[in-house]
Amino acid sequence: MQLFELRNISKNFGAIQALANVSVTLERGQVVGLMGDNGAGKSTLVKIIAGNFPPTHGTLAIDGRPITFHKPIEAREAGVEIVYQDLALCDNLTAAANVFLGRELRIGFGPLHVLDHGGMVRRTALLFQELKAETRPRDLVRRMSGGQRQAVAIARTRLSDAKILLMDEPTAAISVRQVTEVLNLIRRLREQGLAIVLVSHRMPDVFSVADRIVVLRRGRKVADKSIANSTPEEVTGLITGAIDGA
Amino acid sequence: MGPEIRDALASEAPALRPLLRSNPPAESPLSWLLSRQTFWVFLVTVIAFVVLTLATDSFATQQNLFNVTRNFAFVAIIALGMTAVIITGGIDLSVGSLVCLTGMVLGVVMNAGFGIWAGAGAGLLVALAVGAINGLLIAYVGMPPFVVTLGMLAIARSLAMVASNNRMIYTFGPDQADLLRLGGGTTLGIANPVIVLVVLTLVTGYLFRWTQWGRHVFAVGGNEQAAMLAGVPVRWIKISVYMIAALTAGITGVLEVGWLGAVTTNLGQSMELAVIAAAVIGGAHLSGGTGTALGAVIGAALIEIIRNSLLLLGVDAFWQGTFVGSFIVLAVMFDRLRGWRFAD
Repeated sequence: MQLFELRNISKNFGAIQALANVSVTLERGQVVGLMGDNGAGKSTLVKIIAGNFPPTHGTLAIDGRPITFHKPIEAREAGVEIVYQDLALCDNLTAAANVFLGRELRIGFGPLHVLDHGGMVRRTALLFQELKAETRPRDLVRRMSGGQRQAVAIARTRLSDAKILLMDEPTAAISVRQVTEVLNLIRRLREQGLAIVLVSHRMPDVFSVADRIVVLRRGRKVADKSIANSTPEEVTGLITGAIDGA
Repeated sequence: MGPEIRDALASEAPALRPLLRSNPPAESPLSWLLSRQTFWVFLVTVIAFVVLTLATDSFATQQNLFNVTRNFAFVAIIALGMTAVIITGGIDLSVGSLVCLTGMVLGVVMNAGFGIWAGAGAGLLVALAVGAINGLLIAYVGMPPFVVTLGMLAIARSLAMVASNNRMIYTFGPDQADLLRLGGGTTLGIANPVIVLVVLTLVTGYLFRWTQWGRHVFAVGGNEQAAMLAGVPVRWIKISVYMIAALTAGITGVLEVGWLGAVTTNLGQSMELAVIAAAVIGGAHLSGGTGTALGAVIGAALIEIIRNSLLLLGVDAFWQGTFVGSFIVLAVMFDRLRGWRFAD
């Protein structure tokens, strides 16, 4: 079932064409590995999906309905959540405070509203449990490992009823054991029916968790195939241009 | 790293887990307390208090304690607002001048025959307007807080001179008695500024801990970019903290004029330094993200006790700056050392 469709997307920045006629389809319960060298157009594509800017040409559709994003908030309201590469967390706050940042739970007595600390901690604990993450809601993010931070960033996206999750290099800066943890997190999110885009440079991670792989080179899509029909060697060739297309 | 190596490690992970665990053990209440700068500064304040009580006959007298609490209340009230600014990662150098400008507007309005409500209202409105200008320039134009408020430091004092024609104002029209009672009087034996301080400390503590606004103030100081991405109204939060700092300076201005019974254009001169020192000694990091209302008050109390004790012990007043300055450096150094010990 097609959930999110990018059709014939092009993006020009002045005279530079960052993306040329790229079409990608995201499906529920599927992880798409998005690969490509620096400057291949990965981040431009991610930013279009995230609503940072609209494409110059081409259309986006969710569940068959055409849609346009002008601001990130519009994408979020449509069910697109992003885990940023630098994770975008506040080190000085607890995990629970970060998960609920910008959408804090409050309890009110008449006109007076106070933060519902207990409620936020309990909801966060449930989210971590659901993700089987070893992270405690009351811990300060400053004292967390890379994997735990990743869990906090992912738990944030689970608050809303997200359908599409963009992950930008989630395994770039963390230790080996934590990479395993994060890949497990991604598998669990897939089981819950999310469509996931995994932007990564790390071939082993993509091959261990993705169902499909999309390779961009110089703004063009040069491959879009099932992981089972590909090999790391082929993908490396596609990224560098040693192999023309597949 | 090859996938086979990682998979091998992953299968070992359950066995290695206790060793690899990066979660620190759950904090006990005692270690939580010991990790608070507010606690240590409070301890130093109590020790100073006890030592002075034993060492001098003049410290623990009712009159001296009354003076100490009232004196530090003026700095502490502004330190509350300054703490909010510092938590967002900003600084406000204009508060001392703003005390003067507010006091002068109050003085001019009341001197012209208007009542205390009109005078205090006009003064506080001017303070809020100045805070809003600071905030707008910092949040929307993106100028560094240091530069904006340094400019405002000069502008506000100059405007106070313009407003009064650099005269001293010591007659305050029909409500003069009310004004003097407000700043210099007592309620149930406690100086009025101290009562205002207690109320404002509770309000600030409540705002920091229990409101969405407070949470967002800390978020902006922790990671402005992340706060923005999470939908926190970063610009509005910045404007609001500068307006609050300005309001606390205005409140102090009104109270201090009532206590002194006169306004001159050097009211509040260099007060911003004492205020920032109080906030920093009280645990607010200039890099943003931390600070408490209670810490600001205790920081202000410690500075005043040091000042007062030097006076009572007969140390030359010229030495005051050296002692207060050393305490600022010590408090921050102490915090840094603690940071190293707890560093991951």
